[in-house]
Parts: sequence; structure tokens; C-alpha cells
Amino acid sequence: MSVDLDTVRRVAHLARIAVDEAEVAKLQGEINSILGFVEQLGEVDVSAVEPMTSVTPMVMKMREDAVTDGGYPERIVANAPMTEDHYFVVPKVVE
Amino acid sequence: MTDLTHLSIADARDQLKAKAFTATELTEAYLAAMEKGRSLGAYVLETPEKARAMAKASDERLARGEGRALEGIPLGVKDLFCTEGVRTTACSRILGNFVPSYESTVTANLWADGAVMLGKLNNDEFAMGSSNETSAFGPVTNPWRRQGDNRSLVPGGSSGGSATAVSAWLCAGATGTDTGGSIRQPAAFTGIVGIKPTYGRCSRWGIVAFASSLDQAGPFARTVRDAAILLKSFASVDPKDTTSADRPVPDYEAAVGRSVKGMVIGIPKEYRVDGMPAEIEALWSQGIAWLKAAGAEIREISLPHTKYALPAYYIVAPAEASSNLARYDGIRYGLRVPGNDIVDTYEKSRAAGFGAEVRRRIMIGTYVLSAGYYDAYYVRAQKVRTLIKRDFELAFEAGVDAVLTPATPSAAFGIGEKSGGDPVEMYLNDIFTVTVNMAGLPGIAVPAGLDSQGLPLGLQLIGRPFDEETLFQVAQVIEDAAGHFSPTPWWG
Repeated sequence: MSVDLDTVRRVAHLARIAVDEAEVAKLQGEINSILGFVEQLGEVDVSAVEPMTSVTPMVMKMREDAVTDGGYPERIVANAPMTEDHYFVVPKVVE
Repeated sequence: MTDLTHLSIADARDQLKAKAFTATELTEAYLAAMEKGRSLGAYVLETPEKARAMAKASDERLARGEGRALEGIPLGVKDLFCTEGVRTTACSRILGNFVPSYESTVTANLWADGAVMLGKLNNDEFAMGSSNETSAFGPVTNPWRRQGDNRSLVPGGSSGGSATAVSAWLCAGATGTDTGGSIRQPAAFTGIVGIKPTYGRCSRWGIVAFASSLDQAGPFARTVRDAAILLKSFASVDPKDTTSADRPVPDYEAAVGRSVKGMVIGIPKEYRVDGMPAEIEALWSQGIAWLKAAGAEIREISLPHTKYALPAYYIVAPAEASSNLARYDGIRYGLRVPGNDIVDTYEKSRAAGFGAEVRRRIMIGTYVLSAGYYDAYYVRAQKVRTLIKRDFELAFEAGVDAVLTPATPSAAFGIGEKSGGDPVEMYLNDIFTVTVNMAGLPGIAVPAGLDSQGLPLGLQLIGRPFDEETLFQVAQVIEDAAGHFSPTPWWG
């Protein structure tokens, strides 16, 4: 399988990464090179194989459904590029 | 007095307890070495004030005879580990000046055992790379050079700063993370020891995530014993990481020096890849001979799905990365480039904040997870992963105690030599290490010799799940036979 230029643009948008036209062509070549490399997986008979869901057998840990952390909004917003009164400031989302 | 920075962790620990010198003196020696070694690019942030305060506290403890396992031992921290109040960037522009308000579990364990933090170490951006050339801070230089050639070589990656710093005596040991070989390949390229423990042995909490089902933290050190000492402190059972294994941490150091007589060492024929340099082949044969001489039984084994590990990895790892890195949106932390609306802000921030390799991997991951391709790529890769793991399980069930392979397909290469071309060429560096992550197993790289140009080469040992002790035990036999390898200082 290989990707065309439109697919590269669509995937970039899905990934929320702006790409300019010069980059689209370059990315197409690189992505196709990687897709060509992984194509060999098609040789493997996986008909009776379960996909891996956990690399080491383990039971999901459970705990009491209780608040165990929090109460420090100033720490939560400390690294944000724009804040106001412990809120993250974003561009207008709803008209 | 001998140079304190050249002491092993084991020797420094013993001499600190015997009051031959103070933790402050040891830390000052490292701070001076770091300053002289700045041209290597290993550290992206030095924390001398913190180091001095921690060393002072260690001296007070040592004076009271209350020294802990790593009391006064100066360590470097890969910039992927969140450190409270100390800038943590994953060497990406998108994290810019991120200052965590919390400490990763692994580094918290180290400080709780008395270790001293010297600073944060360079790595490939978000640990994506095999040469440390994708770092937003620029490349790291390997302290090793080819004989009669002063061109700069890469230290490997992604933990290139950690490998260079330990090899060039800029810290006594360092933290690393390994998703496809990022501890073992740089350890091999710089002539030191690096271990990727079993998935779940060390908590991933507070480590910047790359591919969560593959990522695992582990130590770099100059000797096998030092790596064993460090891993004891790294490992813990952590309720904050649901994949942290709920089992006690053994005394790894006690395994160092135990006999390997009667142990079965598997030699996988599939690792004899086409075009493997004769020197790598010879190194492997030498390793086999050493273990045989130490009384181990050598057995040829087959791991038939080996060749599919790297292609499967380049589906699984980017898929998980595209999901993990979705959090960098320019809103809650890190870089923001203002756009016309919120989506435009996301797209511009991520385009400006991520480097080329990271953008490429996010794109691949987004593509293989997108509607219509998920089964063909991602599910198939996870099925192949099941087969890769089964190959190892069958070998271990048949009585193999550990598997011996080369660590890398070559010695270190030049800066710029492989970074400009086809990305797949760079990916091939991890051909011997990536299977171990796919199967969740522990793997150790141990220096075993020099190539004809005088560069270090390493061997890799792969063990049963949670049997790091056997790896330390066998690796010590290789270290005893091969000796130690140190670069000739040319920097500073």
C-alpha cells in the first residue's frame, strides 16, 4: 500500500499538524518508504493468532473509587501558555 | 588521589562509607568534569546547586552512619524523566520550558536512596531516534573516536546523553529509557553497560510517554555490578502505574559473580543476518567461547519471527506515539503558536513544536490507526507481536536460561552519516534490540571488544521475564573475560 498526496494532507489534518505543500511531497516519499518496509508483515500467517493486548500477563489493578489527589489548580495551570483565574485561555470555540 | 570520577559506583559507595572522601568532594569532581566536557553536549541542563545541596545532606547522613543504598552517588537523568522544579523537555521544542510540579517514580526512588542529581541529559526528541540527532538541543558527541580520525561520532540513541555522560565520566551512572533499543544500543556504542528491565519492573509514572506498551526505564553504568546496584533502586511496585508488576525487587547485586556453570545459553540462528560485518560475527563467537569456558551449555535455537519484529515495531510504536503525543496541543502546557481558531492553533503549535522525525512518526501512527487501515496494519502487527513473544517462550520452555546476540549491527557511525537519507536505514540500528521490547523481556548490553577502528562493540543477553538476575550473572562473566573499555579523553 502507498499513500497519495491527498492522503498525506488528510492524515496531517487528522494528526493536527500543519504541513506546507513542499513538505507534503517529502512526507509522501518518507511515509511510502516506511509502508514499503512494513509490507513484509503480509507474509506472516496470522490466521489463528490473537493480537497482543498485554505483553506481561497481569490483572488490571483496582482501587477504591475515591479522590486521592488534587486541590492545587495553581500547579495544574503553572505551565500553560495563557491562563486567567486558574482557567486555560483558548481561542474562541463557540460563536 | 586518583580521579574520583573514575571510581565505580560500588567503590565510591564503599569509600564514602569508609569516609575516604566526602559526597561533596565526589560531587565537585563530577561538576568540574561536566564543565570540561560541555562540548560533548551530554547535558541539556546542569543542576549544580541542587547537586551540592543533595551531597551536603548525604554527607550529614554518612557522618551519622545512616547512608542509604546510593548515598552520595552523583547521577545524570535523561530529560524524559519529570523532575520536580527542574525543567523537563523530552528535548522537544513543544515542551519548551516545562517545569514539572512532580517527580517521576524512578527518580524519586533514586533520591530516596540517597543519590545526587547532577542534571538533565540529552536524548532524541521524545526518545524517537537511534543517534541522538533529533534532539531540539542538537546532537551529542560520542567520547570515542576512530583511531587516527577526529571526526565526531554519534553515541547512539535515544539515550545518547546518558551514554556519553557515563562513558566520559560526567556522572557515575544515568537513567535511560528503552522503547526499541534506546538503552542497549547507546550503551554498546559507548562501551558501557545498559539494561532494559522486563516490562513492568520499573514504574513509567512521570516519564514522558512515547509508546506505552514498549517503554521501560533502566540504568546506564560502567560496570555490570554498578548496573545491578542501580536497578535495585530503579525498580519498585508503584500503584500509580497500572502496568507496574506487583512482585518484590530482588537484590540484583547478589547475583553478580555467581557461576554460570550448567546454564543453557541460546544462540538464535536468525540473528545471523545478511551482510552482518565479520567483526560482529567474530565478537559473537568470542562471547560464545567465553560462556562455554565458564561452564555454560551453548545451544542453537530458532526464533523464526525475528525478522518481522522491526516492521511490526514501526507500526505499533508510531501508533502508540500518535495517541500519546495528542496531548501536546498548545493549550495546557508548552509551546503555543496562535492561529485563527482552535484547530488552527493546534495545527500551527504542533507543526512548530515537533521536529521532523516526531512529525513523521505521528503521521505514520495516525495513518495506521485510521478508519479502514486499523486491521490491516495495527491488528496484524499486534498478532505478529504475539508470535515474536511465543518464539521466546518456546525457547525458555525448552530450558534456555538466556539468549546471547550481538547488541548492534555495527559500531558507532558519524554524526550526519545516516540522518539525511531514508528513515528506514536509521531504523535498522535496532534490529537486534527491538524484539526484546516487542516481547516485554529484559535485555542487557555489555561491552565485549573493540572493532578494527578501535570503537567499542557490545553483546546483548536476553532473559526470561523478571529474571534480570540471570542477566547480571552472565554479563559479569563476559565483563570478566572482555575487560573494561574506556575512551581516551580528547575533550575539555
